[in-house]
Formats: sequence, structure tokens, C-alpha cells
Amino acid sequence: MGQQDRLPVGRGPKSPAGWFRRWYGAQPLHLLALLAAFALAGYAVRDMVGAGQWFGFVIWFAVAIVGHDLLLFPLYSLADLSLRRLLPAPSRRPARSAGPPVVNYIRVPGAFSLLLLLVWFPLILGLSAHAYHRASGLAESPYLGRWLAVTGVLFAVSAASYALALRRRASRARRASRHRHRFH
Amino acid sequence: MSPPGRAGPGQGRQPPGPFRPRFWRSPLRGQWLTSVLGLVLLGGLSVMAVTGLLSYASYDPRLPGNDETSGAGLLHFYLFSWPTDPAWLYRVNQGVHVTLGVALVPVVLAKLWSVLPRLFSWPPVRSPAHLLERISLIMVVGGVLFEMATGIMDIQNWYVFPFSFYTAHLYGAWVFIAGLVIHVILKFPRMLAGLRSRSLRRELRTPLDQTQPEDPDPAGLRAARPAPPTISRRGLLAAVGGGSLLLAGLMVGQSIGGWTRRTALFAPRGLSAARPGTLPVNRTAADIGLTDAEVGPAYRLTLVGARQVTLTRAQVAALPQHSAVLPIACVEGWSASATWAGVRLADLARMAGISHPAGARVESLERHGSFKAASLSGAQVNDPQALLALRVNGADLPRDHGYPARVIIPAAPGVHNTKWVSKIVFQ
Repeated sequence: MGQQDRLPVGRGPKSPAGWFRRWYGAQPLHLLALLAAFALAGYAVRDMVGAGQWFGFVIWFAVAIVGHDLLLFPLYSLADLSLRRLLPAPSRRPARSAGPPVVNYIRVPGAFSLLLLLVWFPLILGLSAHAYHRASGLAESPYLGRWLAVTGVLFAVSAASYALALRRRASRARRASRHRHRFH
Repeated sequence: MSPPGRAGPGQGRQPPGPFRPRFWRSPLRGQWLTSVLGLVLLGGLSVMAVTGLLSYASYDPRLPGNDETSGAGLLHFYLFSWPTDPAWLYRVNQGVHVTLGVALVPVVLAKLWSVLPRLFSWPPVRSPAHLLERISLIMVVGGVLFEMATGIMDIQNWYVFPFSFYTAHLYGAWVFIAGLVIHVILKFPRMLAGLRSRSLRRELRTPLDQTQPEDPDPAGLRAARPAPPTISRRGLLAAVGGGSLLLAGLMVGQSIGGWTRRTALFAPRGLSAARPGTLPVNRTAADIGLTDAEVGPAYRLTLVGARQVTLTRAQVAALPQHSAVLPIACVEGWSASATWAGVRLADLARMAGISHPAGARVESLERHGSFKAASLSGAQVNDPQALLALRVNGADLPRDHGYPARVIIPAAPGVHNTKWVSKIVFQ
């Protein structure tokens, strides 16, 4: 999007190609390539019509887009914004003196944990326990415990690396102050 | 509200909120970041498309009853008969398709995050070309989300969608491929320009306190009013890559098998299926309602060819036995290797009076379900490793693995290795 205003003009504004460009907003090849793509996609949807399943197919396409753009994205943005608001102000700023920004030591394990949940929530929440057991002979019950355990490990590793970062910073600061002491 | 110097044409008329460029604050959005994520997806999603279409081809859909997608149009093209060599072909194809598909989730989310302000660009349509391009984005964005959602739900047996998985995942893929090809054609020059706009090496050396917003770009991906950064650009890329590695690392053991299966905490046939002396399955004897009578002394195997032969299990066991180390691999991505022993399918064809079989139809004791029968190609029936197996890993087949007898064929999809075989018709 937005490319069309920068495409080479080639012909004068009075020529048919120039008229087309002004009306359409891009060169004719742009239109032909898009029509070819629409034809292929339309052919695939036609086969879904043939299979008698096009309605659910189209609805799920729409739900996938709306679900991501207008539900998942606002939710995770809001969660991130709330996290940053809840934290003490200095850690939000990348100020050199304020210590490592704690926000990322919460964000990253939190994001990893939610990512695992996003992909595996049918197993974790036991939503398909019956069909899964029929197919595999296995139970979905272990997955919730595993998710909680992995989440715990992720936050523990993050806390440990935050502690290490704090220590490194403190010892650097001590060295710097000894250095200053010696030379002033 | 906006300072007078910034107000461009039409600025006052755009609706509030996300439709105003100043709404978007992240200092990391920009053409370089979007281009890096786009390049990773260009590679990753191309592999997904190729392995996905190979997965369709592996069912040998031209053979009677094998096409699960209930169509017969131009998109059902058959370029080749699925090979039996190398035996790991299907296992690797599905392992890559499913593991990579899950590992790409964070990359897709990051890429969509990086361009999300464009969804709210104002005016929504500037020209017919712009309108068509936005429609094509429905194909690529809707396509990738649809394919990921249906694939991820299918491997967890969460069948809440109102369509056949095979049909919808294949045609959804074609809609997506059409969208992806046009998206790449239209955006490739811009991606190259974006990649050239910053040095990857320098970004990887830039800590948070030196992270600056990117330069403004023609698409307006960079925020008009960037906030101070809270994470470096390399930090964001590391988090995205780390998310991919975490997802892949906690599931790939279900495809590699052996001791690595115990490391697969989040995989449908990972740690839970890692019980000594057992192999994973995707249909149990209980599921198909198999009765003791059907697999007891009354069990008969019927071979049909130039003549019809009926055998008891003991008679089959008395035929020349061969063994083969072959993987059993599921379309859902998990697999396991085992030593199978039984009678060659080609030997059974000769018993039925067919010396050069051109194919076979194998039927199961199952009464319902898509895979109660499968058609095999001539190459599959004639392969010396293609067996009607009676034993696995030195013991009789467990009932969940198809006792009294099951088919095992090198490189065939798991569902074509028919279990509880009752009848084989050779052509």
C-alpha cells in the first residue's frame, strides 16, 4: 500500500496508460497480478462451495482476522500497558542510573507463558479431553500442571537473571567509585 | 490536540483513536523490523506451503477413496506417485510442517504487530489499486491465521470447526498461497529497501540505552510520535526467536522419538506417550468399538485377486516372515520408529494370483471413519519392506496397534498403514 504513488510514470498523462494510472492508482500490471491472485483464491473457495462447507470456512477466515486484530492485539497491548503502569516509574525509563529495566524480566517470561497457553490451550484446559483420549488413549490432565510448572520455571529463571544483572551493576558501580576515589 | 506543524491534509477529519498516526507509540516499529520479520516468514511460510502440498500428495489422492478433500477441480493435480524411499520422507515432512508451523506463531504475531497501525490507515481507501491491495491482505493475513488455527486445533483433536479439517486446511492454504505470492510481488522491493536501511550487525550490538527509533519510511510504519523505548530492537528479536525455540523445543521430541520424546512437554504425543514398550497411536481399539470376537479365533483375512483366499491368523503367521525397521508417522507431526515383522504384501498378492500387483485396496474391521480403508499404489504394494505386520518390536501387535494384523509401508502417512486388516483386494 502506498507504493503506487512512487511507481514510474513512463507515459504522458494524456496517453491511455497515463489515464489508467491516474484512475486506478497503479500500473496495469498491478491490477493483472492482483486479479490472478483473486482468481486462484476464488477457485479454492469455489471448491469449498462444492464441498458444501463454504459458509463456515468464510466465517472462520473473518473470525481469525477479527479475533487477532480486534481482540488478541488490544488485549496483549492492554496487558503490557498495565504492566508498565504498575511498575515504579524509573524502571520504565532506560535511564543509565536506574538499574536494569525490570519490565522486560516480567514481560518475557509472561509472554512465553502466554504463548504456550495460546498454542496449547485445548490440551491445557482439557477442552478436547474426550476426542484426545479416544484417539491416543492418553489423558489431557497432565498439561495444566506442566504449563504451571513451566511458567514457574520461566519466572524463576528470569528472577535469577535479574538478580545477576543487579549484582553486576552494583559491582560495576563499586569499581567505578573506587576508581574515582583513587584519582580524586 | 495535535500541534499545528504536524497536521497533514485531512488530519482533522480522521476518526479518533487508532486512526490517528499519533495514537501509535512504539519506538521499535519501522520498515527494518517489519522487513526482518517478513524475510523470516517468507522463508518459513514457503517451507510450510511446500511441506503442506507434499503432505497432500503423500495420500496418493488420485487413487480411489484416498482424497480426503472431496473435490475434483484444477487444484487437485497429481504430479507424481508418492515414493516409498527414503522411508523417513513422510516422517520428516510432517515433523517439519507441524513443528515449524507452531514455531512460526510468535513470528507471525510479531509481524502483524509491526504493521498493525496500517490496518487503521486513513482514509481507508485511496484508490482502486489500494482497495484491491487491502482485499488481498485479507487473503494473506486471514490465510495465515486460519491455517495456523485449524492446524493447531487439529493436532490437539479439538474439532470445533464446522468443516472437514482436510478440506478446509487445503483450500485455506490455496487462498493463503495466492495472497502470499501477490504480497511478496508487491512488497519485495520495499522489504529489500527496509533490510538495507539498517545494519543487522549493528542492531545486534545496540543495547536499550542506545536504541533509537528507525528513520521515517514511505509506508509510515515508524511511529509519528515514538515513546522512549523499554526494550532494545535486539531484545525484541531475541524474545520472538526465543518464543519460537521454546515452542519448537518443547514439542519436537514427539517427532524425533527415542529419549527425546520425554522432553516434549507440550506435544500431543510427547512425554505423555513416552511409556516404555509402547508406541503412540491416533486411533484406539476402544475408539472403533473392536470386539473380542472380531479379533479372536473367528478372525479371517480375506485376499482377493485372480482368486479369493481366506486365512486364519495362524496361517498368516506360517507364511514366510520378513522384518523391517520403519517409522509410523502421523499427519499430526508425531512419529516413532519400530521393528515390524510380518508377510510381504507382494507375497500375499501372489497367493491371490496376482504376480505383478498394480495396487491394492486394504480394508479394516473398522465400521466407521475416513480411514477404514486405503488404496495403495503399485510401488507401495511391491516394495519389499511393505508388510502385513503381525508383530512389532519382538511381540505380537498390541490391540491399539492393529492386532491381529496391520499394514506398514515405508514413507506412507500413518492413516494409510491400515490397522485391524480384514481384507486386501489386489489389482
